[in-house]
This record gives sequence, structure tokens and C-alpha cells, in this order.
Amino acid sequence: MNTPTPTPLIEFRGVSKTYGQGQAAFLALRGIHLGIRQGEFLAIMGPSGSGKSTAMNILGCLDAPSEGEFTFQGVHVERLGRNQRALLRRHYLGFVFQGFNLLARTSAQENVELPLLYRGESAPKRHAAAREALARVGLSGWERHTPAELSGGQQQRVAIARAIVTQPLVLLADEPTGNLDSHRSHEIMELLVTLNREQGITVLMVTHEPDMAGYASRVVHFVDGEIARDDLQENRACS
Amino acid sequence: MFINAILLALREIRRNLMRSFLTILGIVIGVAAVITMVTLGNGATRMVGEQIASLGSNLLILRPGQSMGPAAFGAPNFRLADAEAIRAQVSALKAVAPIVSSGAPLVAGNNNWSSTVTGATNDYFIAGNWKIAAGRIFSEDEQHAGRAVCVIGATVQSKLFGHQNPVGAELRVKNFSCLVVGLLTSKGQGAMGMDQDDVVVMPLKTAQRRLTGNPQDIRVILLSMRDGAAPEPIMAQIRKLMRERRKIADNDDDNFNLMDTRQIAEILSGTISTITTLLGAVAAVSLLVGGIGIMNIMLVSVTERTREIGIRLAIGALEHEVLLQFLIEAVALSAFGGIVGILLALISCLGLSALTHMPFEFQPGINLISFAFSALIGVLFGYMPARRAARLDPIEALRHE
Ligand SMILES: Nc1ncnc2c1ncn2[C@@H]1O[C@H](COP(=O)(O)OP(=O)(O)OP(=O)(O)O)[C@@H](O)[C@H]1O
Ligand SMILES: [Mg+2]
Repeated sequence: MNTPTPTPLIEFRGVSKTYGQGQAAFLALRGIHLGIRQGEFLAIMGPSGSGKSTAMNILGCLDAPSEGEFTFQGVHVERLGRNQRALLRRHYLGFVFQGFNLLARTSAQENVELPLLYRGESAPKRHAAAREALARVGLSGWERHTPAELSGGQQQRVAIARAIVTQPLVLLADEPTGNLDSHRSHEIMELLVTLNREQGITVLMVTHEPDMAGYASRVVHFVDGEIARDDLQENRACS
Repeated sequence: MFINAILLALREIRRNLMRSFLTILGIVIGVAAVITMVTLGNGATRMVGEQIASLGSNLLILRPGQSMGPAAFGAPNFRLADAEAIRAQVSALKAVAPIVSSGAPLVAGNNNWSSTVTGATNDYFIAGNWKIAAGRIFSEDEQHAGRAVCVIGATVQSKLFGHQNPVGAELRVKNFSCLVVGLLTSKGQGAMGMDQDDVVVMPLKTAQRRLTGNPQDIRVILLSMRDGAAPEPIMAQIRKLMRERRKIADNDDDNFNLMDTRQIAEILSGTISTITTLLGAVAAVSLLVGGIGIMNIMLVSVTERTREIGIRLAIGALEHEVLLQFLIEAVALSAFGGIVGILLALISCLGLSALTHMPFEFQPGINLISFAFSALIGVLFGYMPARRAARLDPIEALRHE
């Protein structure tokens, strides 16, 4: 196991997750140990049902572990309540989902502004930041378009813009290219690499495709709720 | 954050304009119904009150026959002496006005009209609460000698004389010519479009001789009580007197009837306000049904927008922020429904009051209450769906199809 030093940004110590109770209980994560440093680009791979999404949800503070410790910047997230975890997400995390998950009938601009709205930013600040984020993902001039008027790749770029508009510490992406063809997938991956390199955003990504995992600086393999392999990749794929 | 929540809610309403409109329909109809019922009910009550006031305050009506009905078969009419006896013996009366009346064709110059002609003493103007707009009432001599003079109402004046001053003009009543000596101040339109100003009044004797052809009989005696006098003892006194004068045996029924207009008014307006309350209650139930409609749509909306809620929660929305968003949405919807309902009520009240000749008065109270109530319905029925939205698990919500 490769545990980076000195203090990791995120650390799992013996994290388990059980779904259901009694007879029907299912152990989706079995005492995971994992440390993630700031600035890493981590890919999580593994067969279906191996617990990747479960781990991702806990890393993203969307879910709490059943057992074990999970610290984010030294804060014990497993001890936090629902609303406190929401505040962590609001201030430090950005999410990109497999299904894009943009608000329908809502312009790209408004979609990207959403996290800023919850942060209580003023309207002029929101507009400027959203335009800038859209520009960074190469969507200048598409601000007024609604998701229905955008291609899948464009929608995913809007979703990335929404995730980075708050300048988060960590960007979490569960199969961000799962719904895209390979050409667009590579575009998205290059965008993530750029954000990781130029902005120093820590990227955590679940993927099925070795091609996509190739962009990461580190690949963790899950099997049956445990980490089977943890590889640092020196020669990652690059644009 | 609060302003943001309002903005979010309004944006959401605008985004689903058609659905929003259908959602508020129940509230719109409920509010409109409540306001219309109460406003019209109050209008009707007021109208009855005005009607009674225009009849004269503290007015008693004495008629032959037992019932309130028009015919009084067998029961003898009154005589002038009856009226004089009442005047002499019942002290709390301001005016005792024996009257006869008959419909008659009227002609003045080239104009024809037909109206009710009343024969009465000068007390009639007091009992009937009439004011003189021009000219005068009858002189002692005119009453005594039964001269052909008359006082006319505003409608008769406008039909026969147009804008000319009728005082001093000749008016042909049936088959004799009459000098107009006075003009009555208009009382305006009465109940059910009845025109109170369509009257001609002449001295009692004149009418008895030349119109009804019966120089003795009197059909009705109007009695006006002094202000503040209690009607019951006065009525008892009059009843006793009339029984004596009409020689009714102790165990026989009255062959006349005496009514207090204020009692009639009270009974009438009591009935109206009962009906108003009842209709208002029915309308309030429809408002409640409207609220359930809002809850229904909000629940559907929460299910439909599960993914959206998931996104908001994942991005870092707090429970109470999501709750507030949906609650404000519900309240904004129902409050908007309330406003539309008020406008609708205004239109229907104007239309209905024009149709029924009832007075219409905008009543801020009931409008305000209905509006507040519709907003309250938004809170009550919006809370459950909003809480459901706020409690959603972000992971489940995001996975929702
Ligand atoms: N809410 C839940 N309730 C019960 N069981 C669950 C729940 N979520 C996940 N599981 C189970 O936990 C295991 C791990 O699920 P997880 O979604 O983490 O897998 P995954 O590695 O992301 O798979 P995939 O590659 O198909 O997305 C699976 O067997 C799944 O059935
Ligand atoms: Mg998964």
C-alpha cells in the first residue's frame, strides 16, 4: 500500500460500509485504508459492485461510513451531521456525475451559478465567475443554452464548470465519461488533467475504462469492497 | 438567502407556467367564491336596510285583514275616525297617515305616463320619510276641501316634464286636472329595481272622491313612532284600541294586522346573513379543496424534481434551504392564486350587482382575509411536500430516474 506523507488531505482509516440490516446486511466496503494528498489525480477502478461508488459517496461527504474514520483536512467527517457535511461540500468539494445532472430548462449560466447561489455570492460576482468557469471549459458563447440544446460532451463540460466555479479543493467525478463517446471522453479527461495541473485541484474519479484511468497520476483498484492494488503512474497519458 | 429562495421559487413557477396556473385554479375559484358570496350578502343586507330606512324610521303599518297578504276579504276598511282616534289616544306617535292608493294614467302636455296615485294627509310625508325638493306640501284648505292638487316624485317629473320645473304646472290624473304644488326629493332605486320615485301624492279627500270613488274607506294607516320609543307597548295599545273600535269579541281573532317594519327588516337581514354565512362556508370548503390541490401538485413536483433536489443537496444546499425553497414556492403559488381570485371576485361582484341592482361596496376586510388565508393554505399544504423534499437522501435522489 502506498500511503503518501506527511498529512494527507483525505484519509480513510478502516472505513467500512454496510447496507441493510440483519440477514440482508451487505458489506460494500471492508475496512479500507486510503490516504490522498493534495494535488493528486486519483482514478478508482474495479469490477461492477466492488464498492467504487460507495467509496466515492463517502469521499464526497454525501454518505457517512458505517465504521472507521474518515478525515478531511483533519476533520473527522464520520462525526458530522447531515447539514455539516453539506457545508463541507458547499465550501470544498465539486461534483461531476455520470448523468450530467444539470437542471433542465435552465441555462448553462444559471446551472453554473447554482453553487454560488448557495454560498450567498452577490449577483455580479456570480455572473462573472460563471462566465469565467464556462470559458475555462471552452463554452464561451454558450451561456444562454439550456441542457436540451447542448451535446452530451458540452453538457458534461457545463457540469465541470459548475463543479469548479467555486474553486473547490477536490473535484469528485463518478464515471464522468460513462455516457460519452471516446472522442468526447478524451476531451473531458484532458480538461480534468489541465484543471488538476494548472489549478492544483485534487481530482478523484471512478472509471471503468483503462484508457481514462491512464490520465490519472494514481490508480486504485477495488475488488469486493477492498483495495486490491494501488499504483502510482509516472508516465500518465497527456495532451 | 431568503431573497435567493424567493427568486428560486419565482423562477421555478415561471418555468412551469401552465402547471402553475392549473395548480392555483382551485385557490382562485375558492377565493373568488368566498369574496363574492360575502360581498353580495353584505350588499343584500345593506339594501334591505336602506329599503326600510327609506320607508321611514320606526314605521308601523296597519291594514285590514289578518294576513300580510294583499287581499283582506270580509275585513272592513278603516275610517278617518280610526286614524284620529289613534292620534288622540296613542301619544308616542310622530305621524298617523291614513292612505288610499290607486293606479292611474297621467298626462301632461304631450306626455303620457302611468303611476300609483296615493291619497294622504301631510303626515304621509313624515311617515314615508319624504323630503320636498321644490314647492310645498298641502295646505289646510286644500286638505279640507279636497282640492285637485298634487305632489309628484322625481320619476314622474322626468317622464312628464323633462327638465322643466313642474311646480305650478297642470297634470291630468285619470279624468281630472290637478295642479302640481310640490316635487319630492329622489330616493333612488329600491329593491329588485323597484322605483320608489314613481309616485303622485294628493290630499286624502281628493283621492277618495275622485279616484277610488269611496269617500269613507281607508285602506292603510301608516304610523310613525317617535325616535327611541319601544314598539311593543305602542303596538299593544293600538291593537287594543282597534279591537274596541271594530267591536271584536274577546275570543275572536283580529280582523286587521299591525306590522313593525323594523321587525321585518331584522327578520329579513337575519335570513340573508344566515344564507351568506352558509354560502361563505361552502366557498371556504372549496378554498380548502384548492389547498389540497396545491399539496397534490407540490408532491408531484417533488417527485418529478427529485433529481434536481439531489443536485441541490449534493452541491451543498442545507435541509432548511430546500425546505424554504419549496415552501416559498407553495406560498407564492397560493398567494398568487389569491390575488387572481380577488380580481375575479371584483369582476363577478360588479357584474352581479349590476344585474340585481344591489349596491356593491369593495370590502377590504374580506379581501384581506381571503388573501391571508390563501397564503396560509400555501404554508399548511406546502409544508409536507417541502419537508419531504428537504429530507431526501442526496445519493438516492441523484440516482432517481
Ligand atoms: N443503497 C444501497 N442499498 C443496498 N445495497 C447497496 C446500495 N448501494 C450499493 N449497494 C450495494 O453495494 C455494492 C457496491 O455498490 P457500488 O455502487 O459501490 O458499486 P460500484 O463499484 O460503483 O459498481 P458499478 O461499477 O456498477 O457502478 C453493490 O453490491 C450494491 O448492490
Ligand atoms: Mg458505481
